[in-house]
Amino acid sequence: MNKQMFSGAQILLKSLLKEGVEEIFGYPGGVVLPLYDALYMQNDIKHYLVRHEQAAVHAAEGYARVSGKAGVAIVTSGPGACNTITGLANAYYDGTPMVLITGQVNSKLIGGDAFQEADIVGITRSCCKHNYLVKDVRDLARIVKEAFYIATTGKKGPVVIDIPVDIFNAKYTFNYPKNVELVGYNPNYKGHPLQIQRAMQVLFEAKRPVIISGGGVVASNANRELTELATKLHIPVVHTLMGTGTYPDSLQTSLGMMGMHGNYCANLAVSNADVIFAIGTRFSDRITGCLKRFARDAQVIHIDIDPCSISKNVKATIPIVGDIKNVLNAMLTELSKSHHKINIELKDKWFSDIDEWKKKIAIPQKMSDKLSAITVLETIYEYTKKDEPIVSTEVGQHQMWTAQNFKFNKPRKLITSGGLGTMGFGFPAAMGAAVAKKDSYILNIAGDGSIQMNIQELMTCVDYKFKVINCIINNGYLGMVRQWQEKIYNEHYSQTKISSPDFVKLAESYGALGIRVEKEEEIVPALKKAIEFKGPCLIDFVCENFEMVYPWVLAGEPIDKVLLSRKEF
Amino acid sequence: MGINGTNHTISVLVSNEVGVLSRIVDLFSGRGYNIESLTVAPALESVYSRVTIVTQGDDDVIEQICKQLNRLIPVIKVANLSIGDAIEYEIGLLKVSVNDENRAEFMNIVAQANASIMDVNEKIYTVKIDGDEKKVQTFAELVRSFGIKEFVRSGKVAITKSGQFSTFKKQRDELVRVE
Repeated sequence: MNKQMFSGAQILLKSLLKEGVEEIFGYPGGVVLPLYDALYMQNDIKHYLVRHEQAAVHAAEGYARVSGKAGVAIVTSGPGACNTITGLANAYYDGTPMVLITGQVNSKLIGGDAFQEADIVGITRSCCKHNYLVKDVRDLARIVKEAFYIATTGKKGPVVIDIPVDIFNAKYTFNYPKNVELVGYNPNYKGHPLQIQRAMQVLFEAKRPVIISGGGVVASNANRELTELATKLHIPVVHTLMGTGTYPDSLQTSLGMMGMHGNYCANLAVSNADVIFAIGTRFSDRITGCLKRFARDAQVIHIDIDPCSISKNVKATIPIVGDIKNVLNAMLTELSKSHHKINIELKDKWFSDIDEWKKKIAIPQKMSDKLSAITVLETIYEYTKKDEPIVSTEVGQHQMWTAQNFKFNKPRKLITSGGLGTMGFGFPAAMGAAVAKKDSYILNIAGDGSIQMNIQELMTCVDYKFKVINCIINNGYLGMVRQWQEKIYNEHYSQTKISSPDFVKLAESYGALGIRVEKEEEIVPALKKAIEFKGPCLIDFVCENFEMVYPWVLAGEPIDKVLLSRKEF
Repeated sequence: MGINGTNHTISVLVSNEVGVLSRIVDLFSGRGYNIESLTVAPALESVYSRVTIVTQGDDDVIEQICKQLNRLIPVIKVANLSIGDAIEYEIGLLKVSVNDENRAEFMNIVAQANASIMDVNEKIYTVKIDGDEKKVQTFAELVRSFGIKEFVRSGKVAITKSGQFSTFKKQRDELVRVE
């Protein structure tokens, strides 16, 4: 038994090391002073100082999405902790493993409205997977162990540990627990064997099957199994925004993204399927459109680690609760044992229908002499694809254009806010990605609105020489909202025209590289210069103001009612 | 009975830790579920507590409520008791105005309903009625004309007859592990 005594702050850092944490994001403050002092005294954990607590949490999420490990952030009590709410909600929605350490006022002062006190356990309850208030230093190591276990298992998500300042200072021995004992938490990893057999039978007999691959496939690292099963069963695959890269876009049987701004062929395939094999998706309203008219004729096989996702929106005919990788492997075993011959001709008609639908794509819109955002993104993709960079996005038109125009053959390459739709996510998430993957540049595709939500992080990037290339699709509007106003609100552009600073000068004042691009021939030279620059860049692509995102399914419409151009209004 | 389906009694075994009730109540308010009644008390082993919730909804809503409850870390078991045969019980305490003229009639109702007089002064009788929800409600209606000064209900507690927990949806038992 180790009798050496450590402070709570030291116990926390030792526990983080035991969990393999080497890089964390944060912002100091009054009650976390003992923790920052302990950080100062060691060299094992590298701390990245951000410029806003929201960015710390987004950066931790970007780090987690790229590395697959839990991201860690530290903030102070009260305002520091309150600033993390958006980041927590974002990670909770998108199932990103994360542990957030928040400082708290002295435990004897809790409840007394002390300076910088906020009831963070209460405030974060509905936007994290679980949270703890540490009341005794003897519980600290166990709580950290549990927090990482909860964050990284089951449906992954953020866990908050709120630690009062006196706990950081209290002394205790350090014995990191080997196991966790949580009676109420036992995620089900193995799919029910009978359900798996039933599912295989339905898939064998399907004439018009389609696989919907969601973010759960990324979380479970099951993209190889998915590709193998889809290929062997000869089933086309569509993906959700969060499932980008889980099935190689380069394959003929990949129909690309489905949903509100998904491909025509993807939406039509799902709408006309007789069997939908949904893997790790929540069936969000952005992919189902009108629920009542969603895939009415289809049997739905649904695998998810989270029982709550099953039959929440779309009723599952065959629900399978389990880890996707496990279940898909069990299905592959079942397939190899079975004598069933996959009858490719059975699906001939289906694939010829799909080939017809593939011909219907969004009609290009040439509106003025200004740059087309779509051309910009196509050019960025073509120029950078050899490097396979990690791409983060903010939220809005540019996000959908990126999802549509970039092709991804691997998961964990597109880092975007899917569920919560957080403007200001992409830039700090790109910083986290830069920490997780230091050998390449990171592209952050942004809008002129979104980039201004966390623009202060340019300083962080300059300090740490993060190679984040911000490509701002600058169309002078909050474009996605403007697009809805044009179509649905009689062109009343209420508060969506948005001005921006001179991004080039702004970048330069931070010590970053700023480039303005106004002509097509300037795109590639700008990218070249940005990639060669040893630090962060802002490229201001001055684009057409009124370009729209197509394909577009209006909210509440069934997903096969796809608009492909303005003319269809 | 609610407008959106029938009443269900959900029995939840939880770790007896700080904030567990807030987690449950937040889940109901955050997801727009209704709580008709709620009782909480320590279980036989005081490290656990038993929460009994009466709520409303169609089968899909109840299934979602049970799954969401199961997702909370301190929740150990969830059972929808309305599916199995359960014994349900609640207590009503009433203060009723009674005078010389109607005392006999009042005592007659109390005796027939198997209610008990808990406390008396010259004008007010405090009565206890126990049984299922309907019995408590019916008794209150019967004595309403006397003048009810106060009416307090405990909310429902319930237990399965077999002593075995029923899962919240038997045909989908692969969705939950309830021992």
